[in-house]
Order: sequence, then structure tokens, then C-alpha cells
Amino acid sequence: MRVAENLNAALHGLLDDDHTAYVLGEDILDPYGGAFKVTKGLSTRFPERVIGTPISEGALTGVAAGLALTGNTAVAEIMFGDFVALAFDQLCNFASKSVSMYGKRLPLRMVVRCPTGGGRGYGPTHSQSLQKHFVGMPGLSLYEMSPFHDNRAVFAAMLERGEPCVFFEDKVLYTRQMEQVDPLFVVRRDGDLAVVDIRDMGHRPDCVVIAPGGMVHRVLGAMRSLMMEEEISTRLLVPSRLYPLDVGALLPHLGDVVLVAEESTAGGTWGSEVAHLLHARLWDRLRGPVRLVHSRASVIPTAAHLENEVLAGESTIHHAVREVLHG
Amino acid sequence: MTEILDGLRLSRLTDDDLELLLLVRHFELKLLELYGRGDLNGTTHTCLGQEYVPVSLRSLLGPADHVFSNHRGHGHYLSRFRDPHGLLAEIMGREGAVCGGVGGSQHIHRDRYMSTGVQGESMPVAAGVALHLKRSEPGTLACVHIGDGTWGEGAVYEALNLAALWRLPLLVVVENNGIAQSTPTSSQMAGTVAGRAAAFGIAHQLIVSTDVNEIRLSLEREIAGVREGRPLVVEFVTHRLGPHSKGDDIRPADVVRAARENDWYARYAHDHPEHFHRLDGAVKAEVEAVAEEVAARPLSRWEGPCA
Repeated sequence: MRVAENLNAALHGLLDDDHTAYVLGEDILDPYGGAFKVTKGLSTRFPERVIGTPISEGALTGVAAGLALTGNTAVAEIMFGDFVALAFDQLCNFASKSVSMYGKRLPLRMVVRCPTGGGRGYGPTHSQSLQKHFVGMPGLSLYEMSPFHDNRAVFAAMLERGEPCVFFEDKVLYTRQMEQVDPLFVVRRDGDLAVVDIRDMGHRPDCVVIAPGGMVHRVLGAMRSLMMEEEISTRLLVPSRLYPLDVGALLPHLGDVVLVAEESTAGGTWGSEVAHLLHARLWDRLRGPVRLVHSRASVIPTAAHLENEVLAGESTIHHAVREVLHG
Repeated sequence: MTEILDGLRLSRLTDDDLELLLLVRHFELKLLELYGRGDLNGTTHTCLGQEYVPVSLRSLLGPADHVFSNHRGHGHYLSRFRDPHGLLAEIMGREGAVCGGVGGSQHIHRDRYMSTGVQGESMPVAAGVALHLKRSEPGTLACVHIGDGTWGEGAVYEALNLAALWRLPLLVVVENNGIAQSTPTSSQMAGTVAGRAAAFGIAHQLIVSTDVNEIRLSLEREIAGVREGRPLVVEFVTHRLGPHSKGDDIRPADVVRAARENDWYARYAHDHPEHFHRLDGAVKAEVEAVAEEVAARPLSRWEGPCA
């Protein structure tokens, strides 16, 4: 099953099971079914609770918060994650604050979905990875879609938190298959964490890569080439919840060389937060500081050859791992 | 659009309404005094001169209606709950604070009342609440208090669009006091509130009266319409007597004088001296007692930040 179909099924399931659940966003109604077709079929089955909105990201996020405030479950789609900037006030100053600023915990069941990232030629304002702008906001949890995490379960986990969540969906995943990896790899789950190892490796990996879901296929590509060309063994860890990060869950899977790969530009990123948390716990055990891999400090160009130059990709990760191990 | 011209003489109020008006007035004056003495932390925004707005509305709103208040919300809260102890404790960070002292003057949540401090932000949230009410509790409404300055925010227009489009039971109460912090409305607003409401096909009612009874009569029918899904903008032409927050009033003397001439307090004292004097001193004393009692309480405790 493709990741987009799994996500679509998760939304169908949510509307089926939770009669207070709403899905709202721009152009999400059938027959169009959303810019990425993730909401396909929803409005046909649940016409009352699937709401097409004007182009008003701030307002639709506020409406979602209002629905959550009155006891409903609200899922808002931001057509391109870049536009969540227009809803920043609602998320930063209203929804995340309302959970705790009134003295008692005020549960809000709401998820803001953000199709994220480049690689599809949408250009500078439709390709960014804005996770870093939301990291460290108490009362706002961040999750990222992954091919190893069933979306229905991820939605259940997000709503269970009773606080607003932003769900980053790397657009390159939509057409990939769930759970499918090259036979070279073996995938297991440890709680929230997906752990991917080289099959029958028989020894500790030389390097552990931590990456959010959107980077999975690029990291797997690098793991394969590192194994085949350099005999470097690696392990990939993919958390579903990015913030607050359960850093303790990572520790048993780490060795003395750690790298974090993310698509955003460098500077105050999720990866630097992970590195900081790991340094505080593992400083004596690490061979060197946690290595970060980012896209280049640039806008994301539209032309494929230029976009490839900028975005963190398979070869960026390959070279970074080799460099961190061999200098 | 209905214009209500301010009568020369204010009509006689019930004891209950007058007591509430006076409670808000003396509460706000007390706050400025406490700030002046350095007894309060941070800042506050008093509604001196605008007390009659929420007092007028209170009989038109029920407990099932949601009220969204703003930074200048003490009168809104007191009109709904008549709880000066809880509010002052919130502002002073004392035991019994409505929100544990976390929210303070401008972030209060109790039952179906919520205030928040960012201009325009509550408009889309109120639209979401109104959407819920329309479907789950028909006949109830969401009321949002905003000011003239709030009309600079885009969130207002996104929400008005939704309210008209989805026929939401949304009541927008604009307290147009002619000044946004230090900026006169004439320097920050092109056109009018009425024109902006009209652009969305939303009914607009202008209220220039400060007479509680008269205001209620004039709004009864329109607010009943809101409950049936006809959103409404009610614009009160009102007067801010005090500073924006504390000690920051830079208005020319004649502007402040004009505001004072419109003050319901002095006018009611003039028009109904016996009624006014019978209650004014007592309410003032009540507020004094509240302040003394609350100030002596232990500090508020917080259950803790969110996990």
C-alpha cells in the first residue's frame, strides 16, 4: 500500500470511529480530494464533517482550534507546509498556549497536517521543511510521517496527547510503499522508534543515523552504497514523534558515532536539538560530536538539476558518514 | 444599520445593573491604584468608560453562549461571573485565582468564557466554536469582543468571510473607543467598520448610546437573528477614560475631556443622584474589602507546566 493510501485510510478510519472528528482544509472535497489526493473520498462519505475552506490558513487553523475547544477532534490540512507560516500565530500563540496558560490543562485534540519538503520541483515557496520553526514550543507536539509507522496508529497517538500536533508529511513519501525495504535491510520496531539494520550484520554498526520519516529512502540508499562500496555498516533510527523527543528511547540503539540527517537548512534545527540532547547524555561515549546533515543554505530551486544540488540527498549522507568515520 | 442617538438623560437602571456597572468601575480604579503602588506584576488594561458594553449585553447572552474576550476584558469577565475575588486573585497571583495566576489580566478561561491577548486571534477560533454550536447546540452563539484597532488584523477578515459563508451564529462586538493604544482610529483605519462588515454582507449595528436599557432594546431582535445563523457586527462608539494600560496616556487634554463628558458614571450620578449615591459608596467599599482580602491571601499555586 502506498503511503498516501495508508494516510487516506487513516483519515477514513478516524472519521469512522470518532463521530466528533472533522477534517478541514483547502480543496479537500471530492472529486478533487486534496492537492495530494490524501483526502480523497472523505467528503463523499462524511459530507457534514469534511469541510472545504477558503484560502485562509490562519482561519482554518483557528477554526480547528475552536472545534477542538468545544470537544471535537479536528484535523486541518495545510495544502503546502510552507503555508503553515500563515497559521503560526494560531499555533504558537493560541493553540499551544491554551493547553496550559489557563492554569489547568485544557486538552485540545487537533492535528495540523503539513505536506512538506522538496524533490518534486515545486520551487522555493512550496518545498521547504519548516519543522525547525516549531521545535521547542511546549504544548505543541511535532510528528513526521514515515513508511514504517502506520498512520492510523500515529493519528491515535497524536490525538491521545490532548494537545495540538503538527504532522509533517514529506511529499516524496506519498507514492512510496509502506513498510517496503530492500532485502538488504531488516526493520523492527521499538516503541515509537523504527530501527533499520543491515540484515545479518552480526556486529554493532559503525555509525547510527537518526532521521525523520521523510529522509528514510535517502538514508537507506546511502546505507546500501556505504555497505557495498565502503564496507561501512550503518543503522537507521526513525522516530515518529520529533518533539518532545524521547531521547531515552534512542540511547540503547546508539554506538559511538551518530549522525542526524534532515532536509531543512542548517541553523536551529530539529537535528541540532537531537545533537544537544545526545551530547548531554553521551558526551564521554561519543567518538566525536553528533554530525548533522542538512540541505544547503539556499532557497530550493525549481529545476531538477538545481534542486538536487541543494537538497540533502543520498550522496550527502554517504559522504558525511564516510567523513565522520574516516576523516 | 440602526443608529441610536444618545438621549439627554440616562434611563433608570435596576439595582443589579447599576451595582455591576459600579463594580467594574471601582474594580478598575482599584487596579490602577494597586499598580501605582507597585503591588501588581506586569501590566493591565482597564475598561474605564466602557463598562456599560458588557453590562448591556449580559441579559442578551445566556450561560450556553461562548464569550471571547480580549486584553481589555475585566468588565467582560465581571459581567459574566460577578467574581471580583477570582479576577483580582488572578491579576495578583493569589490563591483562588481563576487560572492559577498563569494567565493574568488578559488570559482567562472559565466555563464558556475565554480571553486571550493577541489582536484578532480569537475571531477564527470563535468561528470554529460557532460552527460547533450551530450543529450541536442550535440557538446558542459565540460572541467576540474586539476593538477598533483589531480591524488591522487579517484574521478578522478571514473569520468574517467564514461567518457569512457558513452562516455562523457569531456576534462580533466592536468597542470602538477611538484609539488603538496611542494611535487614533483616524490614523489607522481607512473607511469604516460598517463598510467592512457590508463587504461581507454581514449586518452592522451602530450603538452610540451609553444607556444600558436602551442598548438592550435596540439589540434584542438582531441578536436573536444571530442565534439563527445571521452573523452580526455591533459597533459601540465608546470612550476610553483611562490610559491604554497604565500611565501611558498621551492624548491631548481636550480629547480626554470629551471622553469624560460621555462617561456614564458622572451622567448617571447627575440624572439619578439618589439611586447612584445609595449604591456607589457601598460598591466602592465592597471593592476595597475584596482588594484587602485578596492581597492577604497566600500566593497562587500552579499544577505545573504541561508534560
